[in-house]
Amino acid sequence: MSGVRVLVGTRKGAFILSSDGARKSWDVRGPFFEGWEIYHLKASPVDSDRIYASQSSGWFGQIVQRSDDGGETWAPVGNGFAYDGVAGTHQWYDGTPHPWEFARVWHLEPSLNDPDTVFAGVEDAALFKSVDGGLNWSELSGLRGHGTGPQWQPGAGGMCLHTIIESPRDHRRLFVAISAAGAFRSDDAGESWRPINSGLRSQGIPDEDAEVGHCVHRIALHPSNPDVLFMQKHWDVMRSNDAGDSWFEVSGNLPSDFGFVIDVHAHEPETVYVIPITSDSVHFPPEGKLRVYRSRTGGNEWEPLTAGLPQSNCYVDVLRDAMSIDSLDECGVYFGTTGGQVYVSGDAGDSWDAIVRDLPAVLSVEVQTLA
Amino acid sequence: MIRVVLPAHLKTLIRQQGDVVLDIEGPVTLGSVVGALEARFPVLRGTIRDPASLRRRPFVRFFACEQDLSHDAMDAPLPDEVAQGREPLFVIGAMAGG
Repeated sequence: MSGVRVLVGTRKGAFILSSDGARKSWDVRGPFFEGWEIYHLKASPVDSDRIYASQSSGWFGQIVQRSDDGGETWAPVGNGFAYDGVAGTHQWYDGTPHPWEFARVWHLEPSLNDPDTVFAGVEDAALFKSVDGGLNWSELSGLRGHGTGPQWQPGAGGMCLHTIIESPRDHRRLFVAISAAGAFRSDDAGESWRPINSGLRSQGIPDEDAEVGHCVHRIALHPSNPDVLFMQKHWDVMRSNDAGDSWFEVSGNLPSDFGFVIDVHAHEPETVYVIPITSDSVHFPPEGKLRVYRSRTGGNEWEPLTAGLPQSNCYVDVLRDAMSIDSLDECGVYFGTTGGQVYVSGDAGDSWDAIVRDLPAVLSVEVQTLA
Repeated sequence: MIRVVLPAHLKTLIRQQGDVVLDIEGPVTLGSVVGALEARFPVLRGTIRDPASLRRRPFVRFFACEQDLSHDAMDAPLPDEVAQGREPLFVIGAMAGG
């Protein structure tokens, strides 16, 4: 029987929420790694028992954990994230050069075709790759070294590489996004990179349409149409029809086009989900109403989805890695909040239930669809 | 025989709740004790000191015999009470709320 496994990273540990295909009754396991910040967990798409987890602490640094049995047991793998060669400098908040310093792994992206290959997006922004199940890590330094790296600046949350997408049509094509540098693409498996930010406009930087400096919060695509990218930027929901070569705005009738998450329906490439947040200085939903917005037209026309979600006195945030989509016949949508709730919709967003309500602040949500 | 008391987060990592007991060959220093810890528990590499520079992580402290040894050189001898196992070396996570 089909089912789902939801991997939840929080400020104080990881949790695994499991259900059958009905997604009504849930088994909750955890906390795993209690007390540690779990920025992200994600399973291999080709081995559902293989899960990677980023475990970190401001005191004790970075650990990467791996499970080979669906989260029953875990073992630490490698945590040697050394920048390639001379690390160099990026811009600090005050505009002065600042040495690249490793802080943590924000995002782990297992390869689409090999369970031992996994990418790690880190702060200070860089992309690492392991081909031995996380034991050893090597930087794909063409990203930092392509030329604009010294101009990158951190956002308020740090200079993090948070989005990694391997194109399902061409595994040599990779997309990444960095706050606050922008989006970048490689067409040669990560050897060389170029910025793909044409069309982005950001009022918080001196040159609004600069080549880099944009605070991209999340990018998503549908596997059937990997040239179409959807982006939640700091402000603005954007779309590209040419693999990021150019972008145009599709914020349309959203009550706010600030937000963090964006994702695409599993079976409808033009159905997109966002969760508007009031503003860059007010990180909770407009009017205290937690609303997921769905566009069935690839953007511009958005409908609020509210059934089962709090519509008064709700002041949580939904962080960039905290939305996920399952691929059951009736597509499921999931998101977690800084208030510790994880919500599920088993009907593509029409109605919602809370799986759990009282976890630590949720940093990431990933769902596995199990055969 | 050296006794080391680790903070709760690191005890979780090594899956051991009690003190760690180590045998150190040669001079007993912060560096040799941390090196022995990392050799016995590889998961601790990078958690107490930077793996490249070997400098103490900023929010980690070393206490022993009611003294803060955090700023001592990594190759400075530890107090005799620690070296002879009468007093433990405490590895401390700096206090913070949250």
